Amino acid sequence: MEVLKLIGVLVVILGFALKRDTIATVVVAGVVTGLVAGMTPMEILEVLGNSFITQRLATLFVLTLPIIGISERYGLKEKAVDFIGGIKGATTGKVLSIYQSIRAAAAAFSVRLGGHPQFVRPLINPMAQAAAVAKYGDLDEKTVDVIKGASAASENYGNFFAQNVFMGASGTLLIVSTMVEQGYTEVTALNVAMWSIPVAVISVLLGIAKNYLLDRKLAATLSEEKES
Amino acid sequence: MELNVLIGEFFYIIIGIIFIICGIFALRDKELKTRIGTAVFWFLLAFTFIVGPHIPRWITGLCILVIAALTAMNQVRQPGNIDVPSKEFARKSADKIGNKIFIPAVSLALIAVVVAYVLAELKLSTNHAIGISAAIALAIAFIITKAPAKYAYKDGSRLMMNVGPVGILPQLLAALGALFTAAGVGTVIANGVASIIPDGSRFLGVAIYCIGMALFTIIMGNGFAAFSVITVGIGIPFVIMQGGNPIIVGALGLTAGYCGTLLTPMAANFNIMPAALLETKDKYAIIKSQAPFAAVLLVIHIFLMYFLAF
Repeated sequence: MEVLKLIGVLVVILGFALKRDTIATVVVAGVVTGLVAGMTPMEILEVLGNSFITQRLATLFVLTLPIIGISERYGLKEKAVDFIGGIKGATTGKVLSIYQSIRAAAAAFSVRLGGHPQFVRPLINPMAQAAAVAKYGDLDEKTVDVIKGASAASENYGNFFAQNVFMGASGTLLIVSTMVEQGYTEVTALNVAMWSIPVAVISVLLGIAKNYLLDRKLAATLSEEKES
Repeated sequence: MELNVLIGEFFYIIIGIIFIICGIFALRDKELKTRIGTAVFWFLLAFTFIVGPHIPRWITGLCILVIAALTAMNQVRQPGNIDVPSKEFARKSADKIGNKIFIPAVSLALIAVVVAYVLAELKLSTNHAIGISAAIALAIAFIITKAPAKYAYKDGSRLMMNVGPVGILPQLLAALGALFTAAGVGTVIANGVASIIPDGSRFLGVAIYCIGMALFTIIMGNGFAAFSVITVGIGIPFVIMQGGNPIIVGALGLTAGYCGTLLTPMAANFNIMPAALLETKDKYAIIKSQAPFAAVLLVIHIFLMYFLAF
């Protein structure tokens, strides 16, 4: 039964979907797959151990941690908050577009600023809300939710789609180690990082377009209180 | 040993040392109930990084089983005795150092690219660029912050313990991909998909790979896990083997998966927890905001991969 070999895929899906321990899920999936495919326990340990050692490069990001750690200790996040907090007189959409752009550029340069608890809640969402209140007066519950959603979304966009532009990002290293393991040795961290640039740029442009539409929608649904 | 391997092993030994320091922190924390389990986790990991290449491979395989058992039984936790920097100190030094505090991290990325080109000229692996640029950026960080030397290992291991066991997930997933391939899982998926895709349709292959990445990420809530399964099963047989450039296919494949991350409550720390943090009335407010963006960007991925990879 060839289809039985897919049991490992099923284990991965269930393990992640049911929020079981990720490390154990992956290892169990590997062992089960090997057993079903008729490998001996010794062969499974050999393959597992061998590829774990050859793919240590996926964990090279650890070498960058001391730099990030020291920078944070000496005020990296505080300075970033100052920088973003200095944006004045922008509309809701513009606040979010500027944040996403800075977040993406920083991620591309390995600066891991941002985060929902550190930036979105204390800084970005209040700024985006304040911009709308300044223009339209008090906001209804639904509009507040829309702005909150868009604030968190701009953090996610900036985070996800630009991080692989940095050679030492764990996503970049995963792509390299997976491809090299499958025999495509021409794949390196440098060229994966380079080919991650198009999507990083497009994601920022798309975010700006989305935020422009958000501004238009706010203008259409909320009366210009200051003018009436 | 040839120079290339030697440089690589040097960096892996440094990573191993960071793991050992994490283990020592755990051992010293008398309050930590799981201190032994946590310490064993980090020491075993260090062992595989430093000694692993010089001993029979099954020993490393065995270490991985023990590591997985430890995390499964929730024996690996963050020690409480970590020297966490104070907010006041960070604020004061941010005011003193100013925007120069961005220089170490930015130079880390820029130097990595420059070093990679130099290494390529020297016919050495460009993957060393990360380690070399990290060393230079660390020196820059010391010059700018005038931090005591001890913070190199203290802050490095602090962040490593913050990341925790999940940090080795990419490496483990690559190993899983290897096991899948050895067991012939990719072939089974490929045969299944082949019955849907007309022979040799590159566009359909690309579309199914990108959509498969997004779909599996939605189900699993994790783009990394989806990448190792779907790339082996669909990406390689239906896109790369048809002539697709593996670099471009890989780079776009993972971010196609991230489009799925935007759509799923399974990715709770990006989509659900922040909604609670922002106290939205609708707990799916973030996903609803992201859905149109995710759909458009996924379609863009399909066309980008089709036009760039071939």
